[in-house]
Amino acid sequence: MQEPAITEELIEAHGIKPEEYAEILRILNRPPSFTELGIFSAMWNEHCSYKSSKIHLKKLPTSGPQVICGPGENAGVVDIGDGQAVVFKMESHNHPSYIEPYQGAATGVGGILRDVFTMGARPIAAMNALSFGEKDHPKTRQLVHGVVEGVGGYGNAFGVPTVGGEVRFHAAYNGNCLVNAFAAGLARTDQIFYSAASGVGRPVVYLGAKTGRDGVGGATMASAEFDESIEEKRPTVQVGDPFTEKRLMEACLELMQTGAVVSIQDMGAAGLTCSAVEMGDKGGLGIRLDLEKVPQRETAMTAYEMMLSESQERMLMVLDPAREAEAKAVFDKWDLDFAIVGETIAEDRFLILHHGEVKADVPLSRLSSSAPEYDRPWEPVEPPAPLEDVPQVDPVDALKWLLQCPNCASRAWIYEQYDSQVMADTVRIPGFGAGVIRVHGTDKKLAFTSDVTPRYVQANPVEGGKQAVAEAFRNLCAVGAKPLATTDNLNFGNPEKPQIMGQFVGALDGIGQACTALDMPIVSGNVSLYNETDGQAILPTPTIGAVGLIGAEEEPILGLARAGHVALLVGGEGTHLGQSALLAEVFNREEGDAPPVDLDEEAKNGAFIRDNRDWIKCCTDLSDGGLALAAFEMAAASGVGVQIDSSDTAQLFGEDQGRYLIACNFDAAEALMIAAGQAGVTIATVGRFTGEAVRFGRSEAPLEELVETWQGALAAAFA
Amino acid sequence: MKAAVIVFPGSNCDRDLAMAFEQAGMSVERVWHKDTALPKVDLVGIPGGFSFGDYLRCGAIAANAPICNAVRAHAEAGGYVLGVCNGFQVLTETGLLPGALLRNAGLKYICRTVDLRVETADSAYTESYGAGTEIALPIAHHDGNYFADDATLDRLEGEGLVAFRYLQNPNGSARDIAGILSPNRRVLGMMPHPERASEAAHGNEDGARLFAHTAEALAAA
Repeated sequence: MQEPAITEELIEAHGIKPEEYAEILRILNRPPSFTELGIFSAMWNEHCSYKSSKIHLKKLPTSGPQVICGPGENAGVVDIGDGQAVVFKMESHNHPSYIEPYQGAATGVGGILRDVFTMGARPIAAMNALSFGEKDHPKTRQLVHGVVEGVGGYGNAFGVPTVGGEVRFHAAYNGNCLVNAFAAGLARTDQIFYSAASGVGRPVVYLGAKTGRDGVGGATMASAEFDESIEEKRPTVQVGDPFTEKRLMEACLELMQTGAVVSIQDMGAAGLTCSAVEMGDKGGLGIRLDLEKVPQRETAMTAYEMMLSESQERMLMVLDPAREAEAKAVFDKWDLDFAIVGETIAEDRFLILHHGEVKADVPLSRLSSSAPEYDRPWEPVEPPAPLEDVPQVDPVDALKWLLQCPNCASRAWIYEQYDSQVMADTVRIPGFGAGVIRVHGTDKKLAFTSDVTPRYVQANPVEGGKQAVAEAFRNLCAVGAKPLATTDNLNFGNPEKPQIMGQFVGALDGIGQACTALDMPIVSGNVSLYNETDGQAILPTPTIGAVGLIGAEEEPILGLARAGHVALLVGGEGTHLGQSALLAEVFNREEGDAPPVDLDEEAKNGAFIRDNRDWIKCCTDLSDGGLALAAFEMAAASGVGVQIDSSDTAQLFGEDQGRYLIACNFDAAEALMIAAGQAGVTIATVGRFTGEAVRFGRSEAPLEELVETWQGALAAAFA
Repeated sequence: MKAAVIVFPGSNCDRDLAMAFEQAGMSVERVWHKDTALPKVDLVGIPGGFSFGDYLRCGAIAANAPICNAVRAHAEAGGYVLGVCNGFQVLTETGLLPGALLRNAGLKYICRTVDLRVETADSAYTESYGAGTEIALPIAHHDGNYFADDATLDRLEGEGLVAFRYLQNPNGSARDIAGILSPNRRVLGMMPHPERASEAAHGNEDGARLFAHTAEALAAA
């Protein structure tokens, strides 16, 4: 077949800038072939190369005694004792989900699960953080249904419990929803698998599903802004098959047990190209591929298409040559394709042959090491003026309003569409703080949370970045878990705009400070830029996924409030209404500065909760909606009413950081007061759990009525 | 007493069911779908999951797997079979139980703990609960809407073969049916997951009695 000539238009259509093309000419000493142009485009797009973000990501804290493997591999690996490790990562699938919500979200889940089991870990928990446009925008309803069904359709069939997540609605996501998928797996510390190839002349093996034309150019699409032509991009979205993924996982884990696997890399963005280059580059080796051996789903596929296909549920592996038959038997058992498609070579070459014809011949190490890296200009975001005129409200009326807002309503309508209990190790399902999973066969437990408050980050990227980590820290502490480590999924607009780059740099600064202070190193992550439609950027949304450990001897804090319990507030009283949910949802004002985060205070208060777990039966952190919403949610979970003494708007709805609400009996409250005094922690009785109403000062409403509003709001909006 | 748990390539509750069997004191062997014979066991468990991706129709491909001939023979010879969730779907597809499981009436997947009433104590599985007892078990399915024609439903009710009913029907099931027994009361298919409510860590142990008593009854038999 005649390949297209390399023209300026073709280069531009591949998202390659003129200076980047000049670099390609320097590397090759000749113009690239069509296939080579595709390979460079796949490796050098923003999605795969991190060219705008790399220099800033380097500043994040990524190490600690608990970290076995930090960023750079398929997922981060963290020690949880007894020779066990938790392996986790979060990754975005924003653009595909906007174009084709079901498949986009489904393959996002599939991709992150693959990242985890590629490292030798069986997935044990999933979360997803979703950002949609406003409720009444014509696209939102379709996206909510499609994305939620896609997430569930894949995760439920694969068989991983979804134990947490986030959902938000804001006009800034009208043209660009966010789908961030998290997965965590369990592995033996002596059985972690990496992508670096080793040994010359070893077979490069292709495993899993066959290659089709789906997703060709997907990574390049994910690195561009949207405009009205997006419908034309639908064919670049991949189609997921959780049944094949489930078999692929079982086959990979079974094969890993035999010791035949030298290295392994899943085929995600930019498929065969990215995975082969990754394995060769990390191992300091070259790779030769014979494309006619690639299992194909469609006829007459070209080298270009095979190298750029993003067909799902595929793996690349370097195998011990002596164990080939054994490996093939495992894959035959699971009815999966298994084909030797090439070998490792000593020279620094990425050599692609198709029926013996050279389709690409590129110095392999240059594909990643020469990838462009930009120090893009950025402008620091000026912190907004503090909020001046603070509204006064009837507190129960304000609560009622919040409870029917899609942003504060119960998430049950969504999370009940996800299997949260498969594997029979779920200790706490979604709906009330962090999800908790038992480490199978032990009494240890892992807690999972995903957090960020984009309107804070928009107002003040540094404090907003800190806050995202601090809230994750608090959610873990509130169930009695020791926060271990973090994964970040950084969703921003167009980095070529200095204001957007300023948000990015600021948020990363805040995240870095918080991760250092709270000892939650970043072990994996993903950057998603160009989240803009027709020049309108999303709110800066650096989603933080975090994992905590509850030891075998430790009790998790999972109890409910009981009638007669005291309501204790740990941390100072509420004062800060700037950028609060109350202001945004009730008054439609996104004004003022984000609440400041005192990281020393966060660390101290978190340790206080964990250290006093024996007294604390029921605990939640304070976040959106402040004390009022926390008290309501605690009452709703337990079915017991709550009375908070104050009726002051800031005390009830202020979103000051570093705070927790505890329900406990009088004896425990006394003991906690003493312990707090000794630890220098601020604590106060703010009310009690009793009766059948929610009462703030003298304003009250029946709990049952409020719960009905809160539970029905999402279904009322979208079902 | 011995049990087998059948493993299809897309089963994902096989380990959970095997654990629940083991906790009840059974020795468990997992049996691959391509096998043509069962080991000598008293009870066969068909677990939840998406046996063949639920492609074509839930349980339809699984019902034609080689092992299902052996499961059918085991049941026809008076053996015990417990199918949970996808396992129930497989049992209707094999013809061991009547009716079919359709898409939920609300068209959405539902994962939530629901209240059930035990309708008959006349089976090894339900004897310890006693008829009329209310229990709570988790459900997690997209296709749990039990359907059968009126004559079949009348017969099931007339012969006391309805094992569990939903107190608040979550999925549109005919006559609120959540689980049914074969005429000899040895084959039970149910959509709720007792294995997800079988130990303290689950926060609900209503399912544990089903396994414990089945193990006891079968050991005594």
